[in-house]
Amino acid sequence: MSAMRIHGRCAAPGFALGPIHRVVARRGSYQPSGSPKTEAARLAAAIASALATLEASMGEANGEARDMLGFQVVMLADAALAERAFHAIEAGDRADQAWATALDQEIAGYLDSTEEYFRARASDLRDIKARVSDCLTGASQQAIPRGAVVVADDLPPSQFLATDWTDSALLLRSGSPTSHVAILARARGVPMVVGLNGDLAAGRFAAVDAAAGAVIIDPSPEERQLFAVRRQAEVEARRDVALRVNEPALTANGERISVLLNISDPRELEALDPATCDGIGLVRTELLFEGRSLPDEERQLAVYRRIAEWAGSLPTTIRTLDAGGDKPIPGLTPEGESNPFLGLRGVRLTLAHPQVFRTQLRALARAAAHGAIEVMIPMIAVPRELNAVRKLMDEVVLELEREGKQHRRPPLGMMVEVPSAAIAIDRFDADFYSIGSNDLVQYVVAAGRDIAAVADLAKADEEAVLRLIVNVVDHGVRTSRKVSLCGDAGGDPAIIPALLICGVRQLSMSPALVASAKAAIAAFRMTSRD
Amino acid sequence: MNEMGQAMLINAVGLHARPSVKLTQAAKTFAASIEFALSPDGPWTDAKSPVKVMRVKASKGATLYFRSEGADAGAAVRALVDLVNRKFDEDEPA
Repeated sequence: MSAMRIHGRCAAPGFALGPIHRVVARRGSYQPSGSPKTEAARLAAAIASALATLEASMGEANGEARDMLGFQVVMLADAALAERAFHAIEAGDRADQAWATALDQEIAGYLDSTEEYFRARASDLRDIKARVSDCLTGASQQAIPRGAVVVADDLPPSQFLATDWTDSALLLRSGSPTSHVAILARARGVPMVVGLNGDLAAGRFAAVDAAAGAVIIDPSPEERQLFAVRRQAEVEARRDVALRVNEPALTANGERISVLLNISDPRELEALDPATCDGIGLVRTELLFEGRSLPDEERQLAVYRRIAEWAGSLPTTIRTLDAGGDKPIPGLTPEGESNPFLGLRGVRLTLAHPQVFRTQLRALARAAAHGAIEVMIPMIAVPRELNAVRKLMDEVVLELEREGKQHRRPPLGMMVEVPSAAIAIDRFDADFYSIGSNDLVQYVVAAGRDIAAVADLAKADEEAVLRLIVNVVDHGVRTSRKVSLCGDAGGDPAIIPALLICGVRQLSMSPALVASAKAAIAAFRMTSRD
Repeated sequence: MNEMGQAMLINAVGLHARPSVKLTQAAKTFAASIEFALSPDGPWTDAKSPVKVMRVKASKGATLYFRSEGADAGAAVRALVDLVNRKFDEDEPA
């Protein structure tokens, strides 16, 4: 029997060979008993079990996450929550339907509120609803075993972060190389392929060559051997490159290029040596904490400080909360937007929640006293957004001064990822610019980064995109402002030459891509652009 | 023993999640039954049930009317009125 080969698109390079582990969507089935007494007992047991799980996860959480979980515990422990469901069961309803209907009614009550505070609690109620429903139907988020080839339709970032990916690979039917999980996979060196349209569930074993987007289901002994040879060659080639990772990045004609890191989680830094890079070009704060909302000022301060201290005197660019789009935060980002990528995201969202924004700016200004922190604002589309942020920063710095708290006003830069900013960059008075190529590309070519069928249109070396990059770089040179690029293109050896030709001299990338990016830079010989 | 009392919600967010939880926790420390309403004639809500308290969605500026029945009713009403007046001990920026 010949093995089946399936092709998808590479989201993170690497090799893996292991048993297939399917992650089933959180959906189970329910067989009603027909007896109201049994249905009631089942619902009571499901609530008790969900409550126990919630209490256990509350013990591990802290800050705002702990508050949120605590609220869910208190609500679920209150008999009033399930009262309507038990009445419906007495009247002959099934436990699963009675629970869903009762909670939907409760949720509708919150959504009806004219106040955002109350509407936002609907997401907690939805979470409570799902927890108990999962206990009733036996559905749950299974733990993912080590060393497996993990297959799923899609995987939430929270589950990715909760998994040990040693010797594993991730295969998704949907998703895109620029999705959030893909960014995490590249950062952690987890091989990942997306857009796979074969019957992945058919086999027991899979060999994955993620760089080629290739998956072999149930490979024959010969295929396994070939695979092992290729993998070995790749590992050795990488080791050669890795040996040079501590050397500064120089082009073939000796021009120095700054290589910066993109990170999402301070834990990524533990295994890294600051000598491999010239600083941190992007700290994503939305994924920094695994809780359900932004933590308080002290907790943020501790995390930002830890990152800045790791970097020492190297510049550390921290981006303010960039939620919305494909990165929802329950209770903060709006639900049901018809097109979230054109909606309330990035700086639009933080300006709409000044209390959340101020807390983050305060923590950043305080952390800036301990390192070379620079603050970067995402999704700036018009100059007045930048001005509004600067005003908030003024207020926050004044506040800290009055309170006598140690702080330093950090430079305030902006992401250039909306075409309006890239085109009229001279109208934006930022202290520095960082080109967010992922969003810039998708907005310029009108191809969604989460839609595998059009993802091929979304290339950073498209002429229109490169012209905008040149425009931003030239403005930076004229006005002596720093310009870097922090999208996926910055770490892509195939795109790096085009970026260098455009005049980009600072590239920010996932730590896992530094070695190959330095190799691509070293192989490049600059000729004059003019 | 029957007791009544009232207090205006002056904390920034009204009877939001954390204040609601604090209110119910305080109410549960008393044996007396405690109810509250947004108007002196009701409808009355059990102050010991977080689910029911949240359903009221009382916002800043609303007046909470308390009524309590039981041996420690007086102390219960005083404690809850005091909690509301203390802004539920939440530190808020001025």
